[in-house]
Amino acid sequence: MSDLDTRDERLTPALGYREMEESVELSHIAHPESEELMTINFGPHHPATHGVLRLLATLEGETVRDIKPIIGYVHTGIEKTAEDKAYWKAIPVVERMDYLAYYFNAMSFCGAVETILDLDVPPRAQYLRVIHMELNRLMSHLVWLGTTSLDLGAISMFWYCFRDREQILDLFEMSSGQRMHTRYFQVGGVFEDIPVGWEQKVRDFTSIMPSRVDQFMALLMKNEIVLQRLRDVAPLDAQTLLDHGVTGPLLRAAGHPWDLRKAQPYSSYEHFEFKIPVGTTGDNWDRMVVRMLEMKESVRIIDQALDGLPEGPYITENRKYALPPRHELATSMEALIHHFKLVTEGFRVPPGEVYYPIESPRGEMGIFLRSDGSSKPARVHMRDPSFVNLQAFRPMVRGLYIADFIATLAMLDPVLGGIDR
Amino acid sequence: MPDATGLELLAQELRDADAGSVLDAIYFREQAALLVAPGAVPATLEHLRATGYRFLSSVHGVDYFPEEPRFGVHYELLDMHEVDRITVRTRVPLADPHVPSVTPAWPSADHQEREVFDMFGVIFDGHPDMRRILMPEDYEGHPQRRDFPMGGEPVLFTHNEPTTPEWWK
Repeated sequence: MSDLDTRDERLTPALGYREMEESVELSHIAHPESEELMTINFGPHHPATHGVLRLLATLEGETVRDIKPIIGYVHTGIEKTAEDKAYWKAIPVVERMDYLAYYFNAMSFCGAVETILDLDVPPRAQYLRVIHMELNRLMSHLVWLGTTSLDLGAISMFWYCFRDREQILDLFEMSSGQRMHTRYFQVGGVFEDIPVGWEQKVRDFTSIMPSRVDQFMALLMKNEIVLQRLRDVAPLDAQTLLDHGVTGPLLRAAGHPWDLRKAQPYSSYEHFEFKIPVGTTGDNWDRMVVRMLEMKESVRIIDQALDGLPEGPYITENRKYALPPRHELATSMEALIHHFKLVTEGFRVPPGEVYYPIESPRGEMGIFLRSDGSSKPARVHMRDPSFVNLQAFRPMVRGLYIADFIATLAMLDPVLGGIDR
Repeated sequence: MPDATGLELLAQELRDADAGSVLDAIYFREQAALLVAPGAVPATLEHLRATGYRFLSSVHGVDYFPEEPRFGVHYELLDMHEVDRITVRTRVPLADPHVPSVTPAWPSADHQEREVFDMFGVIFDGHPDMRRILMPEDYEGHPQRRDFPMGGEPVLFTHNEPTTPEWWK
């Protein structure tokens, strides 16, 4: 039998590429790969690091033996800056932290302030928040899907995902005036009611989005290459993930159905019917499917929120915390005083400490807020899911090939703006 | 959240195990917190783990300047089964900012304890890798302290390089 015949036998479709790799005989190479370890620097300026993440990788041949993340390259001192701003002026600063989940950052911050103030948010504002957060979740997952596929070599997916992401950004622009970092969520509600025609545009989008997700899944989920690259790669069981503080889609892919939207509903999430997709083995393929299905559930939530959108005020009527409507300023002295107080000093918040966690696209996004009774926060600490989830990267990738380690990093979905803050 | 009564019961349980461990039980806006002595943090967390709080979701550092003891470290615990949260807090003075590390028992505290060290200068004894995490390794000072000035560092460009002599030091 010639060499060619044996090779053909090894390339039977039943064999995964991992088995094919393992079947390659290397003993004839003079220096066995087990003889030396090599530590190489990876990043921070590398497109596959999804930002400016630097990794020190210790390799044995092509196998990753150890990994050490080095972070802080985009540390901008957001927590420190927020301490120097009045509560309502801190919202745009906080939004810029995890730049793919700005509505979640704002929600977490506003929620924490509202908890200390013991302030009720009108139902219409809660529903509008839900709609925007779920659109944001879709947008974040689309960016993740596009860049992840890019890392796997599927460049056209990137364009498809960014096409749909554009639609969402256009919706944000229409409702809040900005495409990113919209400053739409305010303490006590939202900045403005949605404009005429926005609802129809959202419905146009949600009517097409599930079929788009189906298209993505048809393109990727049954693709031979994707299956071989993702299935049974970097599995981690739920207990190890929990030990390392991992939440969100990564944890759900390992079969643990923990979702704060269901477990500790905030902002009226208990009104909506949706499912929590869970995986079984927690490998990269599960991580991909869980996020794909989450996109479909987000569409369902948006539709339900639009159907049940209550009438009423979009921001609290309590003038101590929310700006009065513009027309009142011309006729009411009281409104003018409130406006002046809010714009100059801002509102004061009673002393106290709260922790307000919500479910962001990457897991538990929590803000710890300490107030000392003044109009500026005394301490804002963000528990950013990317920062904590990064700890699980080392146990995830030890023993993998370099190519798989890139794919696993993409599956982690780190946002360096959130990690470094 | 455990309610106010449940929190008191929990505090009493901990006091029975170690008389000086729990200093205060705080119940604010339906969130429960236990203030414990710095040395009692690992034992308290272990006790709470046994009662179901198996997930350490977050570690925060706080600076209570000008109060003393000045620094606070908060541990946010979560019971996923009962959907229940509790905070364990501890306070350390500037003169002796040492807290026993919980990273060996709770690997999820690793990055965040380093962050607290980086930002406040609280030292976690027993942490396997106590280095700065966000600021550069040769950075001086702990920027999240309340007495650390805002915006004190000039940004270095070629045009202002002569005006900041010996900037490399």
